[in-house]
Amino acid sequence: MLSDFPVSAAFPAVTGRVRHAEPVMGTVVSFDVPAQARADGSLNDAIRWLHWVDRVFSPYRPDSDVALLAAAEITVDGCADEVAEVITACAALRVFSGGYFTAAPSGVFDPSGYVKGWAVERCAEILSRAGSVSHLVNGGGDVQCAGRRPGSGEPWRVGIADPARRGSLALVVEAADSAVATSGTAERGAHIVDPFTGRPASGLASITVVGRSLALADAFATAAFAMGPSLAREWTESLDGYEAYAIMPDGETWQTGGFTTAE
Amino acid sequence: MRRVLAAVVVTVAGLVALLSFRTHVTSSERAVASPRQLPPLSPGEHAVTGHTVTTVYGPVQVRLVERARMIVAVTILQHPAETAMDIQIGQYAFPRLVGETLTAQSARIDSVSGATYTSGGYIQSLQSALDSGA
Repeated sequence: MLSDFPVSAAFPAVTGRVRHAEPVMGTVVSFDVPAQARADGSLNDAIRWLHWVDRVFSPYRPDSDVALLAAAEITVDGCADEVAEVITACAALRVFSGGYFTAAPSGVFDPSGYVKGWAVERCAEILSRAGSVSHLVNGGGDVQCAGRRPGSGEPWRVGIADPARRGSLALVVEAADSAVATSGTAERGAHIVDPFTGRPASGLASITVVGRSLALADAFATAAFAMGPSLAREWTESLDGYEAYAIMPDGETWQTGGFTTAE
Repeated sequence: MRRVLAAVVVTVAGLVALLSFRTHVTSSERAVASPRQLPPLSPGEHAVTGHTVTTVYGPVQVRLVERARMIVAVTILQHPAETAMDIQIGQYAFPRLVGETLTAQSARIDSVSGATYTSGGYIQSLQSALDSGA
């Protein structure tokens, strides 16, 4: 009988998987989690976290902390603690990327380029803390995987969208306990600005960064996209623990040395 | 210069990443070293304190000191008291590219990464098909 066994994270009382798609932050965040995460409330906690982040960080909501901060109507002290946390991370990433990642891409404070990846990574942490060892959260095309594919012990398989053909994949990345983030022009046009020229970057069709943290992988992909192909290649090659795969506008591709390629 | 800078920060990120490795999840709380007394900043220096990252081994927090756009110091403000053995446990799985000609149906994928879609764009996306179990 089930009740004879201790109910813990290691012996979930609920089996099976749940998929959930949550519209939030102007996109959709998709979850692939153990059914236990719905039963124990952690899936719901993760969803509520995303809506809280949206309320606090959306530059489009006039009453969000970020909008009020950008309008100089409040100071950081008047914001949620997480705002200072995000500003700190953005400042470190700006230095780290030689200025190509910025929390003020159009001159106005807007940390959206960091917030989504960070918030989605935090979702995966919420699920891990509740005991899940195998789940995947996809925030509008940026993916945080925890553990491996349920049951099989194989790495997760994340398809990389082909920027030239909607609905097709360019390739598949296999990764365990990793994040996969892609920046590109396929969905919303040339929207990533090169902060040194003030003009939209267009030298790459897409660039995918794979590594442990989605907050970092997403920011690295955005910075590399803004750099353009030659600097992006040199810079991503220098990143320890993070690998990049780029697709050029003419369909040519390149990748950093740390990817292994399937036979 | 940028390479050196990158190496410094990635080492910190890498440390936090290693500590975040979650294969060996334990529920027990571990002792945390007391936060350290920080040396004062010299003129022209600016400190950036990272948020506390909750790892399975306990909370980890780092602080970077920046001078003239260079990172000149890294301090681990908070770290689990017991880490040296545990850090060695995590084996990092290098990502692997699978380059065969792919359709979403044949690729056995779990998820799709691409340029950020809007909620309108999601409806036509492969991810949407995966989510609906198609």
